[in-house]
Amino acid sequence: MKSWLTTTDHKRIGLLYFWTAFAFFLIGGVEALIIRAQLAQPNGHVVSAETYNQLFTMHGTTMIFLALMPLSASFFNYIVPLQIGARDVAFPRLNAFSYWVFLLGGLFLNASWLVGPLFHAGMLNVAPDGGWFGYANLTERPFSPGPNIDFWVLGLQILGISSLAAGFNFIVTILNLRAPGMKLMRLPTFTWMTLVTQFLVITAFPVITVGLVFLMFDRFFGTHFYIHEAGATPLLWQHLFWLFGHPEVYILILPAMGIVSEVLPTFARKPLFGYTVVVYSGILIGFMGWGVWSHHMFAVGLGPIADSVFAATTMLIAVPTGVKIFNWVATLWGGDIRGTTALHFAVGFIAMFIIGGLSGVSHASPPADLQQTDTYYVVAHIHYVLFGGTIFGLFAGIYYWWPKMTGRMLSETLGKWHFWLQFVGMNLAFFPMHFIGLLGMPRRIYTYPPELGVAQLNLVSTVGAFLIGVSVLLFLYNLVRTRSRGQRAANDPWGGATLEWSIPSPPPVYNFSVIPTITSRLPRWHTERHKAMQDPPATPPAPIHVPGGSWWPLVAALGLPVMALALLTHTLWIVFAGVALLLFGIYRWAFEPFEV
Amino acid sequence: MLLLSHPVPPPRPFRLRLLTTLLAISGCAGPYPQSTLHPHSDFARATDVLFADIVWWAAVVFVLVDVMLLVTLVRFRHRPDRPAPKPTHGHTIMEIAWTLAPAVILVFVAVPTVRTIFATAGGAPADALKVQVIGHQWWWEFKYTDLALTTANELHIPAGKPVRLAITSADVIHSFWIPPLGGKRDAIPGKTNYIAFRADSTGDYSGQCAEFCGTSHANMRLRVIVESDSEFGAWAQNQLASPVVPPKASLAEQGKAIFSRSACIGCHTIQGVSPGTIGPNLTHVGSRATLASGLFPNDSAHLASWIADAPAMKAGAIMTRMKPPLTDADIAALVAYLQSLK
Repeated sequence: MKSWLTTTDHKRIGLLYFWTAFAFFLIGGVEALIIRAQLAQPNGHVVSAETYNQLFTMHGTTMIFLALMPLSASFFNYIVPLQIGARDVAFPRLNAFSYWVFLLGGLFLNASWLVGPLFHAGMLNVAPDGGWFGYANLTERPFSPGPNIDFWVLGLQILGISSLAAGFNFIVTILNLRAPGMKLMRLPTFTWMTLVTQFLVITAFPVITVGLVFLMFDRFFGTHFYIHEAGATPLLWQHLFWLFGHPEVYILILPAMGIVSEVLPTFARKPLFGYTVVVYSGILIGFMGWGVWSHHMFAVGLGPIADSVFAATTMLIAVPTGVKIFNWVATLWGGDIRGTTALHFAVGFIAMFIIGGLSGVSHASPPADLQQTDTYYVVAHIHYVLFGGTIFGLFAGIYYWWPKMTGRMLSETLGKWHFWLQFVGMNLAFFPMHFIGLLGMPRRIYTYPPELGVAQLNLVSTVGAFLIGVSVLLFLYNLVRTRSRGQRAANDPWGGATLEWSIPSPPPVYNFSVIPTITSRLPRWHTERHKAMQDPPATPPAPIHVPGGSWWPLVAALGLPVMALALLTHTLWIVFAGVALLLFGIYRWAFEPFEV
Repeated sequence: MLLLSHPVPPPRPFRLRLLTTLLAISGCAGPYPQSTLHPHSDFARATDVLFADIVWWAAVVFVLVDVMLLVTLVRFRHRPDRPAPKPTHGHTIMEIAWTLAPAVILVFVAVPTVRTIFATAGGAPADALKVQVIGHQWWWEFKYTDLALTTANELHIPAGKPVRLAITSADVIHSFWIPPLGGKRDAIPGKTNYIAFRADSTGDYSGQCAEFCGTSHANMRLRVIVESDSEFGAWAQNQLASPVVPPKASLAEQGKAIFSRSACIGCHTIQGVSPGTIGPNLTHVGSRATLASGLFPNDSAHLASWIADAPAMKAGAIMTRMKPPLTDADIAALVAYLQSLK
């Protein structure tokens, strides 16, 4: 127990990220199933309007900030140092700090479900209810007087600190801790996409932080950043939010694209087709992701010139994305494709992501988008991208790297059941939503009249959602079963090309007994120009010093939710307690003796 | 070859048939009062044609890529006797080709897109019927600018005539949307957005708020009644008339008295009776078909329950229960009065 609380080992932190994010993924999933139960028929009565608004807000917030981003982070933590031949990340204690802040931020947000009575309201009454996009001025105090939005603003601020700290940490790690010979253009694609993602994190999160600080000041200190009557405009929030929000989409999808670019070559036994092009298109997507935010705002009325420009930039971003897809198919072409579960999910990613990408083109066109935005058509689109895309990619990563992370193989039979159930479930759940939206059903409505004619389609969608639920339970069973009964994994169960497969599964605490020297992009494969590398010896030739754990990242992290509590309860002295805790943690951390 | 053949969208009947078939398979039947695929105005048709264009391009790309993917998966699946794959690293010409191909397709999408953007930017001829649309939590106010006429939740317009809506909000951000007549525009406090269109034919269309605007966002619906010129003229004439004065000693007259001395006047306008502007104008409320922003039929039973306890019928409704509560007799009188306001 103590060793987990104080750990600074990137592998343990990776596993902590995984289990925490997976728990939040289940919570977000239950929220989705209640939403689908409510919408299974017209005039549904499963939950009230107030509860429904909290459910969809928390579903979106949870899935994006507490499930998908940290599930990617679990692989950044576990896999990236192994792929670049490092013994840990650049700042191991900062890494622990990132995790604890994420955990505490997630608990803080979700506590809002339970603590209603402390605010003279019922349970299930004070969770955030302004949507994951939290549009001002609805989220201003006059229209949202309760603590609901306070939880959201403060929770996201806390989570932003976690993401920023991790972002800097991984950039430094990837740039500075590469094994000798691992030039940038020899980095594995997953590590490359991680690097691009972290640059997006450190540039996009400050934007939402500014937006949230403005909103926080409006709500707590009476400023008027988004209040039209005081001469401002609520549209400022939308610009800030989507200026963050669109890069965020790529923060969510690029890691999954990186995973797919690792899984396909391994199971086709062929190098990634067009490695350079795939890497550069990832970088290009990272840059272009900054120039498209207003496509979330075509209905806002920015004028025909702005609409035309943002339509063009948005359509352009489809080009590097399409290039990636063609390169993946070309990677498979001519290969010897082994249909493992990981490959199923990676191919599923391609097939589903295309649908999401193409529907994306249809709302890149502003006039068409005026009929689609804020309808179920967009709900279909984002779920093809984030479920069919990101989640399929993450599952590909889990089936691929689980043997490395735990030393045991997940059951392939259960894995394929999981894949096919989830594949059918997701298409049943999300494909009908295209029609539901085109037939005129807006998003974020807790009820709809039978006259809309979308009842049967909604019922099909609900059935699909529950099928996804079953598939996730099956996956959970697979995880639990594997702990005791999974087949033991060798160093390299799949025949992978990258460094993580050259060391034991799970790796020893020091990772590499000897830091390898890299001479090729595919160090473990024999190619026309390069021989396969020699795996590091099983035991280190000399003892390796491994730093011990530290309590101080956890202590410092605890200061943040305490500070948030001060605002939530409007109690000044608590803020001093929180700041004191944070500073004390940082001070002790800074002056911690190097040897523990 | 993909680049040379611009798939022309087949004539509408085919596309509609395709959709109807798909929907029939899924067990749905029309009519779809809020469908974006059954356009009834020039604006809605312009966006629909553009969307159809994009859908056909998307379908072509989808089929091509997925067939490629499936063929690859089947043809190169693992076989024990398969020799080790050739370690190809890439192919410059192919990279250039599949960078250019989507770019060219996107030009075919972008050009009509930009054209449609400017065509649907909200400009209208000077003689267009001008209506100001104001979003409120959770109902719609319509002010006919040139007619000095105010109504709520049910918009009447003449068929075949240009209409220009100037959309704004009195509180939070809403989005005004009548799918059969065209795309949505946000109603934003402090900003005015314009939609212009010409409805094809008479009919009764439904729409609703599309931007999440708080508790009863789902219940912020509206109707648009497209009428012939003469019907519209008669309707406007009636709306411009002074409100009905109830006959002496009638139940409706009692209702008017109760209305005039109750909190009702603080929020609702009845021309010549009360000046409130927070809630819908009730001068001709009896002529409307629905209540509470399109939620219930405007009949005495629903109206009575609405007056007694609006939040119970519409989550979060700002019209609270009266304190002290109105008696059943008071409510019956109010209902009689409001229904007389044809």
